[in-house]
Amino acid sequence: MAFREDQIARYSRHIILKEVGGRGQEKLLSARVLVIGAGGLGSPVAMYLAAAGVGTIGLVDMDVVDVSNLQRQIMHSQSTVGIPKVVSGARTLSRMNPDVTVVPIQDRLTAENAMELFSGYDVIVDGSDNFGTRYIVNDAAFFLKKTLVSGSILRFEGQVTVLEGHTEAPCYRCLYPEAPPPGLVPSCSEAGVLGVLAGTIGTLQAAEVVKKILGVGELLTGRLLLYDALSMTFRKLRVPKDPHCALCSPKATITTVSGSSEWVCQVPAS
Amino acid sequence: MSVVVRIPTPLRKLTGNQGEVREEGGTVREILDGLESHYPGIRERLTDEAGELRRFINIYLNEEDIRFAEGLDTKVKAGDEVSIIPAIAGGAR
Repeated sequence: MAFREDQIARYSRHIILKEVGGRGQEKLLSARVLVIGAGGLGSPVAMYLAAAGVGTIGLVDMDVVDVSNLQRQIMHSQSTVGIPKVVSGARTLSRMNPDVTVVPIQDRLTAENAMELFSGYDVIVDGSDNFGTRYIVNDAAFFLKKTLVSGSILRFEGQVTVLEGHTEAPCYRCLYPEAPPPGLVPSCSEAGVLGVLAGTIGTLQAAEVVKKILGVGELLTGRLLLYDALSMTFRKLRVPKDPHCALCSPKATITTVSGSSEWVCQVPAS
Repeated sequence: MSVVVRIPTPLRKLTGNQGEVREEGGTVREILDGLESHYPGIRERLTDEAGELRRFINIYLNEEDIRFAEGLDTKVKAGDEVSIIPAIAGGAR
């Protein structure tokens, strides 16, 4: 692939990095990344990937922009309130970088559509807001052997990890075998979230996606990064592959993607 | 043995907003007993009716998940750090 002059200018700070270079930038331009959730986490992920020149970015979200989103969902704005998030997001990304093809998918991710949606992408990013979706995303990524960059936030704390259950690395079910039961948990909007936390965690996810595409550095595979904005501390914990995992171990009992994306985002503890 | 227990924000209502508390005990189970006696109600957030760790809560002893050690019987020693890590799912809305 030959770069146009405007591309050489646009990506010059990448191209001069020896870990990226022209080859790496070509990889980014031909990469396809699917972002689940065009909200708090999806915004910084998609915007940094667009700026980096990731060639195709799919956005999956069924919601429309609400004014209460704007405290943290920086891909959207006052002028896109009432518009589907994936349309609002696609506008922002296309405006940032015309090299990027944005695929807006205004739909809820389900057990039925996950495999088909994921099949055309290299890396999957989970920025969803409920446990049901997180297990669907994990299972579909596993069956299709896709790298999954997972981030989650609540109040002042966030978690980031890279899941590759199809390799020696763990999957989401190795980390959390089961979701909290829906009855125990209050809704997302009741729990609250520090707006800037979405930026911190989403940007870390974007960094992992870029590293995966480039094949450089060490990913958070087998590691869980915890961030506490109140104490401003980062910690990395080890996540082993579970030899009894229901999905990715030799003792697996799950053979297809199933389950529903119920709206649960809290731990049973408030 | 006195160890530091790190409390995640969703559970801090039960600990009077403390993010870190000290407890005595020789195993993780004894640490949880201590927690329950000082902060009643916290145990049912962490363990089920059978006394097993809930499957959406992880407890780490230092950097290691106790599920991959001796579970609640994992031994602790002075100066260790026990962290309670719940699954969280927020992100899009």
